[in-house]
Amino acid sequence: MITPQKINKNAAQIKAEVLSNKKVGPYHHMVFAVGEMAAHSKPGNFVAISVGGEQSSLILRRAFAVYRAIDKGPMGGTIELVVAPHGQGSKWLCAQNVGEYVDLIGPLGTSFGIPTTNANTMLIGGGYGSAPLFALAEVLKNRGCRVDMVLGASTANKIYAPLEGKRSVSSLTLTTDDGTAGIHGQISEAIPRLIRELGTEVIYSCGPMGMLSAIAKIAEEFDIAHQCAVEEAMACGIGVCMTCVVPVKFNDGIKMVRTCIDGPVMDGSEIIWDRKTVLDKL
Amino acid sequence: MSALDFSTKIGSKRFSNPIFTASGCASSGQELSQFFPLTELGAVVTKSIMTKARTGRATPRMAETPSGMLNSIGLQGPGIDTFLENDIPWLIENNAKIVVSIAGETVEEYGVLARRLRAVSGISAVEVNISCPNVENRGQVFSCHPDTSTAVIESVRRNIGGELPIIAKLSPDVTDIVAIAKAVIDAGVDGLALINTLLGMVIDTNSMKPKLAGKTGGLSGPAIRPVAVRAIYQVHQAFPNIPIVGMGGVATGRDAFELVLAGASAVSIGTASFGNPTAALQVKNELADLLTQKGFNDFRDAIGFAHRSV
Repeated sequence: MITPQKINKNAAQIKAEVLSNKKVGPYHHMVFAVGEMAAHSKPGNFVAISVGGEQSSLILRRAFAVYRAIDKGPMGGTIELVVAPHGQGSKWLCAQNVGEYVDLIGPLGTSFGIPTTNANTMLIGGGYGSAPLFALAEVLKNRGCRVDMVLGASTANKIYAPLEGKRSVSSLTLTTDDGTAGIHGQISEAIPRLIRELGTEVIYSCGPMGMLSAIAKIAEEFDIAHQCAVEEAMACGIGVCMTCVVPVKFNDGIKMVRTCIDGPVMDGSEIIWDRKTVLDKL
Repeated sequence: MSALDFSTKIGSKRFSNPIFTASGCASSGQELSQFFPLTELGAVVTKSIMTKARTGRATPRMAETPSGMLNSIGLQGPGIDTFLENDIPWLIENNAKIVVSIAGETVEEYGVLARRLRAVSGISAVEVNISCPNVENRGQVFSCHPDTSTAVIESVRRNIGGELPIIAKLSPDVTDIVAIAKAVIDAGVDGLALINTLLGMVIDTNSMKPKLAGKTGGLSGPAIRPVAVRAIYQVHQAFPNIPIVGMGGVATGRDAFELVLAGASAVSIGTASFGNPTAALQVKNELADLLTQKGFNDFRDAIGFAHRSV
């Protein structure tokens, strides 16, 4: 399902100007001027940004899934991100003002595969993991697919679902662990019933690894295709450091596959989600 | 002002400039080539290769630390057959100068790898990694003892034949690095690579467990640069005629210059490439400018300059 690509053939390293930085609930919606890079960015791709400034003790880039890329907007090519200010690096990024420049590499990684025929698709996002799914929804809708979106988070304000993002969606279901919005419970608990009701044929997911693992299991039970954008800690984002690997089944055994090159979008059925199985075999 | 002679030598081989990649930080070159032509580098030092394909360690494999990082990859790689079939031809096709790094679990494995390389044309040197901290039994790191270091180098020397320079990569995690250097020099190496990562650990205070799946990992990045400078300085003082490929937290031309002044004949860029894929290119340009500013017309005049009495 994953199409082999030449390594990062469209990637470039640029100084990108911050065009907008708005707080949306617990997240920041940020827009960067990236010129031609926007034309190469597809839903699922990510960018890697240097954080902390020149004298920083933070030496590694931070990876962010692209929320939206606009090729020829009023500000030229732009890339938009949804950033959760959790760690030192993302906090620094969220503190950057309009007019400042960041060192940005992109677009990186694999993108979501699009069905060749109309299909009933379900897009599942956990927390700010919903970010890359809205651009995907638009592509799928233009392809004639039905798009059902399911967004979950621990609590209501952590669901990222901007108005403009919902245009391409046929239905939107929300779930929260604390019941403050939508269905009360974990997102994966709601999925089996929705698959049956909506006749889902393809699942796309993005969010924490625990959620992706639960969805992979459901997709297997229903025997439907599942593409997920995984999230492993990366040091480089461009394929040299070998830290962001996930274990994948091959005919001749387990291989550790780089999620920055062969991911982040991967076939959920190929990943070995049970860490213990892997540890026992290594 | 006359143009700077930026070339350097390791054993019998000449390199157009002294900036190399560090083994394990550039894979086999393809990933970085998207960002700059590899011909800009003095050499690409490939990720240490073993006889068989290797899965490496489980994740998490990485922990960022102040001005550094821990890694615990465990020498994941395709094995020598695939490497010689795919990676070497690609590097040759792209006109890169190649230093092949090899690693083994046993003295014999190093010998087998050396024998495989002796027939391969287009390689400029072999780096013998006897200091990877991420192998199963850390106690068996060859470069922790003069005897085991000697055994590995003798095995490589016996099998490689010809004039291919041998560079031994040493660990700074020893009481007396000069003693280890002496052992490998006596066994016939043409150069030394200093330093490999330092063994470290991070404990996650939320989970209250080691952060890395492999528990320990190799510390790299600017945090270790003073250790590299010290090791290079000590070894160069003891063996001023042995070329040293210096590495350890170099991110700028100034950093590279520091290692050169301590005694490095070449400087490898490692972790800096993770944060900035064009770091090596930037370091090269900055170092050239600095040398010129300081009045050096020949790079080799700056090697070990810090040792000279005024």
